[in-house]
Amino acid sequence: MEASTRLQLIGISKTFPGGVQANKDISLTVKRGEIHCLLGENGAGKSTLMSILYGEYHADSGEIWLDGQKATINTPKGAISHGIGMVHQHFMLVPTLSVAENIIMGMRPLASFLWYMKDIEKDIAEFAAKRGMKINPSALVSTLSVGEQQRVEIIKALYRGVDLLILDEPTAVLTPQETRDLFETLRNLAKQGFSIILITHKMNEVMEVADRVSVLRDGRMIDTLPISEVTPSSLARMMVGREVSFNQEKNDTPCGEPILKVEDLTLIGEKGRPLLKNISLKVCSGEIVGVAGVDGNGQSQLAFCVTGLMKPTSGRIWIEKNDLTGKSPLEFLKAGVGHIPEDRHAMGLVLEDPVAYNFLLQRYRDNYFKWFGFLNIKTIFEHARRLVKVFDVRTSSVKTPAANLSGGNQQKIIVGREIDRNPRLLVAVQPTRGLDIGATEYIHKQLIQQRERGAAILLISTELEEIMALSDRILVMFEGRIIGETDSDRANIDKIGLWMAGMQPEEAKQT
Amino acid sequence: MTAKTKPFSFFRLINFFPPMLQQAIILPLLALALTLLISAVLLVITGYNPVTAYRYMWEGVFGNSRVFTEVLLKSTPLILVGTGIAVAFRCGVWNIGAEGQFYAGAVLATWVGIHLAGLPPFLTISVVFLAGFIGGGAWAVIPGWLKVRLKVNEVVSTIMLNYIMIGLTSFLVTGPMQEAKKVFPQTDEIVVAARLPNILPPTRLNIGFLIAVLVAIIAAIILFRTPLGYAIRTVGQNPETARYAGMKVNQSIIIAMLLSGGAAGLAGAIEVSGLTWRMFATISPGYGFDGIAVALLASNNPLGTILSGFLFGALRASSELMQMNARIPSVLFKIIQGLAIAFIIAFSLLSRKVASEKIADRAEAVPTTGS
Ligand SMILES: Nc1ncnc2c1ncn2[C@@H]1O[C@H](COP(=O)(O)OP(=O)(O)OP(=O)(O)O)[C@@H](O)[C@H]1O
Ligand SMILES: [Mg+2]
Repeated sequence: MEASTRLQLIGISKTFPGGVQANKDISLTVKRGEIHCLLGENGAGKSTLMSILYGEYHADSGEIWLDGQKATINTPKGAISHGIGMVHQHFMLVPTLSVAENIIMGMRPLASFLWYMKDIEKDIAEFAAKRGMKINPSALVSTLSVGEQQRVEIIKALYRGVDLLILDEPTAVLTPQETRDLFETLRNLAKQGFSIILITHKMNEVMEVADRVSVLRDGRMIDTLPISEVTPSSLARMMVGREVSFNQEKNDTPCGEPILKVEDLTLIGEKGRPLLKNISLKVCSGEIVGVAGVDGNGQSQLAFCVTGLMKPTSGRIWIEKNDLTGKSPLEFLKAGVGHIPEDRHAMGLVLEDPVAYNFLLQRYRDNYFKWFGFLNIKTIFEHARRLVKVFDVRTSSVKTPAANLSGGNQQKIIVGREIDRNPRLLVAVQPTRGLDIGATEYIHKQLIQQRERGAAILLISTELEEIMALSDRILVMFEGRIIGETDSDRANIDKIGLWMAGMQPEEAKQT
Repeated sequence: MTAKTKPFSFFRLINFFPPMLQQAIILPLLALALTLLISAVLLVITGYNPVTAYRYMWEGVFGNSRVFTEVLLKSTPLILVGTGIAVAFRCGVWNIGAEGQFYAGAVLATWVGIHLAGLPPFLTISVVFLAGFIGGGAWAVIPGWLKVRLKVNEVVSTIMLNYIMIGLTSFLVTGPMQEAKKVFPQTDEIVVAARLPNILPPTRLNIGFLIAVLVAIIAAIILFRTPLGYAIRTVGQNPETARYAGMKVNQSIIIAMLLSGGAAGLAGAIEVSGLTWRMFATISPGYGFDGIAVALLASNNPLGTILSGFLFGALRASSELMQMNARIPSVLFKIIQGLAIAFIIAFSLLSRKVASEKIADRAEAVPTTGS
């Protein structure tokens, strides 16, 4: 039986003040019980389209039809009352409240639920279980992992009775296991008749979970196809408009002098919990060392320590000949350390500031940007315009606040800025998070170029594919330790997988 | 559905202007216009004739050179204090202590002004101003230091330091610093060389207003055109990113507080050296608190405080006149002030919301500062 149509968008257009036309005459149909993937390059207009559907933005023209009826959606509240829910890439939970409180927030007057919290918690647990999700409603949100927080966001939407769920790049922050759990949940929901719109940049995920795919390019709808009629490379071609190579060519560059040397690094967390245990490693000039591991096994702390943002409890850190143990982030910068941080909104950007100033950041005291002690606005803008071109940052102008850029384009600012500084050591944490395949390919090329130039690169990523493609050597972290080290030969992939799970296979030791 | 609905088109219009112009002129004037409109309704409801009222108001500001210069005199401390507060707010520090810093500056300036003899006027005045700046700055550095070292919330500490300074002043003018005659709770007059020259007799106008404008311009240049100001703003917007960029977060906070309190202290010095020539316990009618409104009305842009400081000065000056002539109670002006601030906050939030939804939810967050 042909499934009924849940949602129909007809001719949606949207131009932002400042003249960016993010959506051009887009039409889209979503059926009941289907998982519909929305693909497109960074800045193609995916988030904008979904924000319009969710009532956060207003289309300049176009119609929204729900279950065959024309609807007007002006606010997220209105969207929810029409059965549409959205999980943003950046979660909007209150960390100091419990799961149940977060879910219920804004639904009823505060006083009425304070009395019934226990009942509500029970209700939520049952509600979630019925839809195939496990959650502890009394847990504080601040104690949850990223994957669990996302689950709370999903339940929060479903609990309001929505049956059309929008997920904007939900997997960008998830571990592979969490991603599998999420997809399991989504398939379950789809079976129960829920419709799901999923935005992602990862081809394998599309192939794994989608029923149908729609591709946007430059604000236009290119095509909608059933998954059986597409392949990863045909999708890539539709998105980018050219062939994309998934594998990077890499010359053999001789390893040079050690640039980063870490000895016996230990970091004890606030509650006396060890976050890093006796880490020793070396990254040489012209070498990419990949750090693999499931998220949350100390990779973030390692990155913060070798950039000076966290002070290790014990151990030493050298950059070239300088012992920088306990020194400030500024000393690390001066020693030539570049850093692509993990969470671009928490660190690395000033969202309210124009794009141009986000390209300036660490270099604000450089003589190049000064004029008799004052900031030279002209060179700041010229510098930004150049990098916008080089790194293909899609923005209407360098005066636009960084917040107005699409997620992927914000990431390009950071990557571009750090690479342009030609660092001796580049600490790249999830450098391609949220980037489309074209941009990912480009950034990978840039990283390899930096390596050939003689930079040392510490690449920290939860994407095994990325680590395998770029690294000369691979370290695997587990519970704050380096549990194994190997070269990036494909044959080692099983071994790495076992290490990531914390296992120490006998065979692995022998080879 | 969406059809041709453009609910925020009004704010799109505002966003057409560059941010500087928006903050410094468009938004304050818009807030003023709306405020006057709503106040007119209020006046009618309470049985007054808004046309007469506003005519008196106009005359109270622009009627003749005497009233106009009085408005300028009233705006001078407001511009300075507002500028200082804007600098602190830009750095993400809620400095509510400008009143205390104003007093601290005035006290130190008075003390120097009384005892400094034998220097030429220009030098004397410069030293008095410097004393005012140092007095206010030092009083503001204390809560800054408490914040970065001991994580003491600056809202609490600056308010407490207000009370301490005001109390201290009462003590000083009745005790150690009381005039030689020991009659009134006030100090002796500062030496003649320390007094700002009158530039438009028979009015009381001195060059204080020009100094305030100059300071506002310098503050804007520091904030928006120097590496120091860039660091201060970055710390205010995202302290984590500032640390990441190698900026010294704590140092920036201390410097911002020094400048902030220094401007308030300078306002105190100008008040003493230009108008009162001596110190007494009630020298400020609340400039330090009005200054917060002045800064907010200017979207924390020092250039904008020139206009918003003038607007508040005009409101204050003309309210007295209206009370006398039209018998309109001056409480109404408190309401008008409140309305103006409410509008400006609503405007800036909404117009930013149109510019970017993403910013809006950050803008409401209380500024925090990492160490
Ligand atoms: N609030 C805004 N103001 C102005 N322009 C905006 C705003 N939000 C988005 N844009 C612009 O609209 C275009 C589409 O952005 P959108 O966020 O929809 O892209 P996206 O497809 O979600 O990209 P990504 O994969 O990088 O997240 C971009 O060029 C972006 O710069
Ligand atoms: Mg997006």
